Amino acid sequence: MNVVDEWAFVGVFFAIAWVFPALPIVASWFVRPHKPNAMKKQTYESGVETVGDTWVQFKVQYYIYGLVFLVFDVEMIFLFPWAVAYERLDWFAFGAGFLFIFLLTDALIYAWRKDALEWI
Amino acid sequence: MDCIDPINTLAPCLVQLGWNRDLANLISLLLGVVIVATVPLITVILLIWVERKFAARVQDRIGPNRVGPFGLLQSVADAVKMLSKEDITPTGADRFLYNLAPIITFGTVVLIWAVIPFTPLHIGADLSIGILYFTAVGSIGAVKIMIAGWSSNNKYALLGAFRTIALIVSYEVPMVLSLLIPVLLAGTMSMQEITRAQSGMWFIFMSPLAFVIFFIANLAETGRAPFDLLEAESELIAGYNIEYSGFKFGMFMAGEFMHVFTVAILAAVLFLGGWWGPGVEQFPALGFIYLGLKGGVVYLLMLLIRNTMPRSRIDQVMSINWKVLVPLSIVLILVQTFLLKVINALGLAPSPEMAGDFLANIPQTIVLFLGNAVVFIIFMNIIRNAGRQQRRLDEAAVSAPAHGVAAGD
Repeated sequence: MNVVDEWAFVGVFFAIAWVFPALPIVASWFVRPHKPNAMKKQTYESGVETVGDTWVQFKVQYYIYGLVFLVFDVEMIFLFPWAVAYERLDWFAFGAGFLFIFLLTDALIYAWRKDALEWI
Repeated sequence: MDCIDPINTLAPCLVQLGWNRDLANLISLLLGVVIVATVPLITVILLIWVERKFAARVQDRIGPNRVGPFGLLQSVADAVKMLSKEDITPTGADRFLYNLAPIITFGTVVLIWAVIPFTPLHIGADLSIGILYFTAVGSIGAVKIMIAGWSSNNKYALLGAFRTIALIVSYEVPMVLSLLIPVLLAGTMSMQEITRAQSGMWFIFMSPLAFVIFFIANLAETGRAPFDLLEAESELIAGYNIEYSGFKFGMFMAGEFMHVFTVAILAAVLFLGGWWGPGVEQFPALGFIYLGLKGGVVYLLMLLIRNTMPRSRIDQVMSINWKVLVPLSIVLILVQTFLLKVINALGLAPSPEMAGDFLANIPQTIVLFLGNAVVFIIFMNIIRNAGRQQRRLDEAAVSAPAHGVAAGD
């Protein structure tokens, strides 16, 4: 298979992969009973009636974790080409990679020292 | 290309039979997609049985044994039961997203199978960026949990989703960093080429620590104990999928079972030599069996850990990730790259034509393995000292007020 065929496969796969789990859910629509009532459709919170709005502002902690993750995730993508070509590169590549990872670690140490990694 | 083998060269075969070339290509493409996508669907039915049986043996029970021989048809019976269950959408739920989440859950796991090499000849799509494809598709997992938790209009579901996102997103960092090691060793990102590069020596011997990091990170990614905080029943009722019922809930469960087996197979492909085994070059179909066996061993290890470990606290889980696994994988990459350069400089690496030879690979494997061992021992010492210090502080804090009370009397 050539490159176009590979990606054609992935493209068709993307379409099929959603159809497979959707089929039984659609099929169950024909089989299952439909008898909803107000009590049944209540939000389930251990039997206690739900109070207030659910879609509220969330804790800032999650946002900080998201930020730290983003720093790593974006920079890690740049490490993959480096790793693929590493065998053919000389010692300079090691130095460059070392510097890059050092900057990455610097961000981690900063977040650590700022107590961003403590779960409050 | 000639009609050699009807499975791999279906299109040329059909053309020989007088079909239109484009139509033949399309048919073979569609058939390939359906076959690769069906493999996980069939295995998941068996896997649920394996998982339940295994959990039962660990807990000194018998497990499912009524439906079919040895209870093998239990999952089928469960599926039929779930089909007939009423499906409740809670008031105030976002209907479109609410229905979309279970489909995404299962779909993303099926998508990973496109790049898994089953045998030397059989692979869905041998993408040159197979590993990146896996990380890209795998990270949709975080999105589906957010969709499920947010659209349910339930506070517990939303809380569970937030917590799970923080966990999954955090553990993706060491997972992707540990994926760098096979890429470094093989010099390619294609899954098939990575498997081929392990002909002489499996990567687990060259970098056992990377395998351990990959394994632990994937336990968290798939939401298995000791990291099963996404369904902490005692705190969150059931996490993000609390409001789901009927087959939508079944899709979440099946997707989770499937995900565990998928990462076990991936661990086998990346670190345990994939389809490599005796006689696989003469009979490529043997690769299915070898890959299944290796993946099965990793899968059973995951089941054993799931059934024997208690759930850890969220703050502990996060500190293990950011304060141990991430620094460890960063140090490991630096050590590994340094050692690879040293090996090249000393000429310990096998020449390209000898790369498939077991003995030729031993010198560099020993160097890399020792490097891993040194990193592991140093890290364990640092962790032990930090833990000891923390314990002394805790003990001092506990004993100090007790003395105060005694003095007061």
